[in-house]
Amino acid sequence: MPKIFYTQPDGRQTALEATAGDSVMQTAVRNGVSGIVGQCGGSLSCATCHVFLAEENTDDFPPVGDDEDEMLDCAATERQDNSRLSCQLILREGQEVHVTIPEAQL
Amino acid sequence: MPAHPARGPGSPRDHPGSPAVNTTPHLLIVGAGQAGAHLAGSARDQGWKGPITLIGGEPHAPYTRPPLSKTFLKGQTPLSSLALRSDAYYTQHRIDLVVDEHIDHIELAGDGTGTATAATGRRWRFDRLALATGARPRHLPIEHADLDGVLTLRDLHDAQALAQRLTTATALVVIGGGFIGLEVAATATAAGVPTTVVEAAPTLMNRVVSAATAKIVATAHRAAGVRIRTGVRPLRLRGTNGTITAVELDDGDELPADLVVIGVGAQPRDELARAAGLHCDNGIVVDAHCLASDGHTIAVGDCANLPDPSPASDGTVRLRLESVDNAVEQATSAAGTLTGLHRPYRSVPWFWSDQGNLKLQIAGLARPDDEIVLRTGRRPGQHTTLRYRGSRLVAAECLNSPADFLAVRRALGEETPLPRVTAADTGLSLKEHLAAARTPR
Ligand SMILES: Cc1cc2nc3c(=O)[nH]c(=O)nc-3n(C[C@H](O)[C@H](O)[C@H](O)COP(=O)(O)OP(=O)(O)OC[C@H]3O[C@@H](n4cnc5c(N)ncnc54)[C@H](O)[C@@H]3O)c2cc1C
Ligand code: FES
Repeated sequence: MPKIFYTQPDGRQTALEATAGDSVMQTAVRNGVSGIVGQCGGSLSCATCHVFLAEENTDDFPPVGDDEDEMLDCAATERQDNSRLSCQLILREGQEVHVTIPEAQL
Repeated sequence: MPAHPARGPGSPRDHPGSPAVNTTPHLLIVGAGQAGAHLAGSARDQGWKGPITLIGGEPHAPYTRPPLSKTFLKGQTPLSSLALRSDAYYTQHRIDLVVDEHIDHIELAGDGTGTATAATGRRWRFDRLALATGARPRHLPIEHADLDGVLTLRDLHDAQALAQRLTTATALVVIGGGFIGLEVAATATAAGVPTTVVEAAPTLMNRVVSAATAKIVATAHRAAGVRIRTGVRPLRLRGTNGTITAVELDDGDELPADLVVIGVGAQPRDELARAAGLHCDNGIVVDAHCLASDGHTIAVGDCANLPDPSPASDGTVRLRLESVDNAVEQATSAAGTLTGLHRPYRSVPWFWSDQGNLKLQIAGLARPDDEIVLRTGRRPGQHTTLRYRGSRLVAAECLNSPADFLAVRRALGEETPLPRVTAADTGLSLKEHLAAARTPR
């Protein structure tokens, strides 16, 4: 069972057990983790699911796609090197993923 | 505004969750869709202390509809991933989710309290009522629309039926070239089902995008193999032994079909509100605080007729918005009304539609006569149609250009002016133009 650790901008952390095949965004939204909005449900239309992915997880996911790349440039919180749209982070069995949530999504 | 203590009809027994002595008023939300689910969670987050009951007529917990005409129809999205919230979420947030109960009747007292009765006879007394009953597909007044093989698409049940039919269909006719019709057409064509879209207006998505955008979209669909017939109406449906065989058009043509999807818009489900005495006119009429005509009842989502929430609007234009964005943002604002925060609903409306490989995103609300400035993007297939009212940017229609969409959505929210001549210059990206416009000179 994949496990995700969400860190809020103020340092508070939520740990959630997830389902393989779901995304980091879906898991957050379904469980009410604040700061990840995910309005478009993962269809790369809203950029309200921006997260900073921990360095140790960089290679656990496919690289940033073209649309994702363009959207991250225009996210509400300034993009960093480890920025991802969490709807594109699809979980696999046994993963442990750490993400930090930005100040603003809208 | 704090909710009123219960003085309505019915006994406390009607709702086991609501205590007899009413220190914690009971919020009842009718309609467990996108707006209802969000309202329940948001009311809790914003400080509603009392019991919350969320009642839905479908046999499912709240789920997301957009994939129904897209990935779900293709079989790419499993049922389990449509749920908006986990079961644990409702428990943790003390939201009593009741599914498969259709509310048939509401008795509403002058102070906003009352009783809701389901078709099964179950009753719930409430101190505060919210209606999030959504919309239903508009009926097409055409002969033989009840033939087997003629479908509409609104809920999971419809989507499952359509997905099933698509596995054997040999000729699909989609009546209506709006978002849902075009999404279904793209999905069906990709699945190998020959598909024709019939649209009465001269262009696709007539009420919602400019002719310029519609033309690009039509070209893309045709290239993908969808046949598109604009400016013609279906005259009647033909069948054999109760099953659809053809669609007869008003120009004399007849299109063979063993599957027909009617997608000609939606109608608000406001009959409960009407019967309860609330003012309805193309939806439940609400103010900027999401309050209905009685000043107590809340209405949100597709069922509500609201003042245009755009920052640029003076609030005199009323409309219904059928989008996830509106369901979520209006519900957030309504939760504030319930808990005393009283933030009027202000937002830049936006919408997306994935049609095969086309990503269409719209920010802002344009009127048919708003002028257009076309921009072509750096990647093939990227187009942005900016809509201007005089010198003012009011909306954008973006094709495969999510960065432009985000830039415009933000600019509209901040009311950053973007002169037309500047906008036409494709040497800089829209993001760069807007950043320059934002920098004080
Ligand atoms: C196929 C499809 C594709 C879409 N694609 C997009 C898209 O790409 N992007 C976008 O922004 N929007 C899209 N939308 C629109 C979006 O899904 C709606 O705007 C949104 O669901 C509205 O939420 P709502 O809660 O108001 O209504 P709904 O989600 O329709 O929920 C209303 C619920 O209330 C229930 N109900 C009604 N009356 C009663 C009653 N008397 N008792 C009990 N329950 C009742 C209904 O059964 C329903 O479950 C799409 C819609 C459809 C149908
Ligand atoms: S959820 Fe909308 S882009 Fe990720």
